[in-house]
This record gives sequence, structure tokens and C-alpha cells, in this order.
Amino acid sequence: MKDPSRSMAAALAAGLVVFASFPARAVTPSEQLSRYAAEAGRAPEAVRGRQFFTTVHGREWSCATCHGATPVVPGQHAGTGKAIGALAPAANGERFTDAAKTDKWFRRNCNDVVGRECTAAEKADTLAWLLSLTRGVPR
Amino acid sequence: MKNAVSRGAAAWLAAVLGAATLPAHADEADRPAVSSPLYRDECGTCHVAFAPRLLPAQSWQRVMGQLSNHYAVDASIDAARARELLAWLQAHAADGHRAAVPPHDRITESAWFLSEHKEVPAAVWQRPAVRKPSNCGACHTRADEGSFRERDIVIPK
Repeated sequence: MKDPSRSMAAALAAGLVVFASFPARAVTPSEQLSRYAAEAGRAPEAVRGRQFFTTVHGREWSCATCHGATPVVPGQHAGTGKAIGALAPAANGERFTDAAKTDKWFRRNCNDVVGRECTAAEKADTLAWLLSLTRGVPR
Repeated sequence: MKNAVSRGAAAWLAAVLGAATLPAHADEADRPAVSSPLYRDECGTCHVAFAPRLLPAQSWQRVMGQLSNHYAVDASIDAARARELLAWLQAHAADGHRAAVPPHDRITESAWFLSEHKEVPAAVWQRPAVRKPSNCGACHTRADEGSFRERDIVIPK
């Protein structure tokens, strides 16, 4: 019979190892909004976020090209046609709950849409607008 | 080893049954699908998680070496994950008749792909549910799992 306290210690150690290998801690969309707003040094403006999201920035695609103009419903990848889950947190609870993932996708997609990384203010505005959306849109 | 034996057995069975109607490369199509949660997450979000056996190791090396300009899209990931994925892709890369490097490292431009799809009418490719030859899942209903068996093909209307 194994010593239960040793098993417990082993499990705890294993847990710590697993935890340490996934440094990305779960966050809420609001926490991420606060992070971007603090970095931007001004209050986020949802109206500007909507404008940024739905217009093109000198390239072929806007954010809305793939995510839809009101992303409370699934979008579709403009290049491959693959379905993209709804982006607004009200419609998709997984969105903006992993800081590393959020940063990664902003970096990639801003490069494709704007041709550079987005500023903290642009991210804050966009996220503020996405957080203002609710699911109750007409079908 | 076990795989080689079972593939040999499948070839023998096909020969015995005289199954002339089977696709020429049934053994390849039936190769057990491999999967990786990391691959599905990092690569299968924007497109079908293309089975690693559809491209040779040399193509995977080039694809993974230029993710910031991935067929004109930024698909960059952190270096450690890219290394892990490349090793996995190369371990399961194409061999046999698919080992030739296709033009532009595109699965859909390889000789075997064009040959295996030559009977698909142009009108089918143009259907809204298909649109592109890279949209494997439009007809190969289990493409995301790496399975391309004949019995799983459903051509959309």
C-alpha cells in the first residue's frame, strides 16, 4: 500500500509542474480590456472600436470580412471558408479568456488587416465594442 | 512494423478479392489517422487540419519556416511550438507516391491530388459549399480527422 501522504505530495508536485508549464492564467474579457486601456493611457471608446472593426485599412480584408459586421454569430474565414466561432463574449464564453491567445490573434490578424500590429488603444476600443454587443439581435 | 504488415495484408486482400473498383491508393487513404491537439488548435482553426501525410517533410519544413507569410496570411506562432509541430509533421509526412515536393508546397497542386480528383466535374468545384480544392471537408466528411476513405465522401449539392 502506498503512503497516501507521499501520493498526495506527488500529485501536488505534478499539479505544480502542469501549472508552471501553462503560465497563461485565465482572465476575463473585462480584465483584458483594462490591461489594454491602461497601456493606451485613455478610456476605451466602443464607437471607435466598431468603426475600426468594420472598415478596411488599406488592405483587402477588414476584421468584419471574416468575423461579420456584428460578430454575435459565427463568421467565416475569407480565405479558406472555415467557420469561425462568434467573437463577441456575449455569444461565445471562451473569447478573450486567455491573454496569450488574445495577444496572438490580435498580432496576426492586425498584420493581415492593417499591415502592422494594432495599438493598445485600437485593441481597447475594439474589445470595448465587442463587450457592448448582446446576443439579442434579430435573426 | 505492425502498420507495414497490416498494409501488406490489405493489399493482399484487395488482390484476392480482385477489387478493381477500389481506389488505386486505398492503402494510403486507409492509413490510420494521426492527431495532435496542438496541431488541431494551432493549424486547424483557420483551415482543415491537413493530414501530415499529404505533404512531404521538405514541404512541411518550408511551410513551418515562413508562418508569418503563410500563403499570404500571418499565421506566426511562438518558436517552441513551431519546432514541436514541425517535428510531429515530419515524423508523419508523406512517403511513397506522395513523397514528391508539389509546386508551391501546395497539397492541391500535387500530381497525386490532381490525378485522384480528375473525375470531379468543374461544376462541383464551383458549388458554394466547395469553392476551393483545399476545402477538403466539403466532400471528405472526416477530413479533419485525417480520413479520406471513399465511404466518407459526400458530394454537396
